Amino acid sequence: MKILVNGAWRETQRDELAGALEELGYGGSVVSTAVNGEFIAAALRARTTLADGDRVEVLAPMQGG
Amino acid sequence: MLKLYEQTIRSRLMLGTARYPSPAVLADAVRAARAEVVTVSLRRESAGERAGQAFWSLVRELGVRVLPNTAGCHAVKEAVTTAHMAREVFGTTWIKLEVIGEDDTLQPDVFGLVDAARILCAEGFEVFPYTTEDLVVAERLLAAGCRVLMPWGAPIGCGRGLNNLFGLTALRAHFADVPLIIDAGLGVPSHAARALELGFDAVLVNTAVAQARDPVQMAAAFAQAVEAGLAARQAGPIEPRDLATPSTPLIGTAFRG
Repeated sequence: MKILVNGAWRETQRDELAGALEELGYGGSVVSTAVNGEFIAAALRARTTLADGDRVEVLAPMQGG
Repeated sequence: MLKLYEQTIRSRLMLGTARYPSPAVLADAVRAARAEVVTVSLRRESAGERAGQAFWSLVRELGVRVLPNTAGCHAVKEAVTTAHMAREVFGTTWIKLEVIGEDDTLQPDVFGLVDAARILCAEGFEVFPYTTEDLVVAERLLAAGCRVLMPWGAPIGCGRGLNNLFGLTALRAHFADVPLIIDAGLGVPSHAARALELGFDAVLVNTAVAQARDPVQMAAAFAQAVEAGLAARQAGPIEPRDLATPSTPLIGTAFRG
């Protein structure tokens, strides 16, 4: 399945958000996620099903003013 | 002491964490500023670089309170979603709400700002709205549930100081009991001192410190300016006058009469 992760197309074998994040290398990271513009809390990632073409945002703490 | 949403803050200088030459300089600047609150943001994370993880470790080591922002958001929906994501990552209900309406000046979209503030306050967020000095907008933000306001001094990063002194003074006078934090546009420590002298409760500074030739020294200078401004405010400044009044007593002046 192809999903758009932070603006780049990525291939994943997993169809739930938690598994896809693990597969894409985000395991253990402090991140927050959104799918198709909707916030997905960490507790809901395991039961959030992805579909081909979904837009996934993976955000982390960053410098800000 | 300054009370922001039930939290007592001693330092009147808040510091942004962006645009420093290095993480080490940022850490030294935060310490030199004696800042208790720093602003942070959220950005896309690369699984390979994990830059966000290193930054977050640094901030946690500093032991400061974080105020996450929604910088870069131009729409209510974006700002609200970003706030939700920030609350989860940073573990705080504080949110510096920015809804940008114009790219050249980064002027707030005050209509979107009020809408987003209403949604987030209803959800239990403690909202610090980045706004203008407009009194009516301020009223609407307070009605939406905000209990702190962050009016701009001037456009973000421009260093011009307090652009609309009359408007800011009117805002301070009109909302005497609301914590007001000048956010954005300050360039030098005297701007910060002026803000505190006028009765503003605190200032938030980023670019003026981070882009100074010596950010750590500039952070210390801002800290001193804020302390001086607050002390002056508490000491009760004299009212400006149009004409001179002699400071030396005239009684007993030689060669008179």
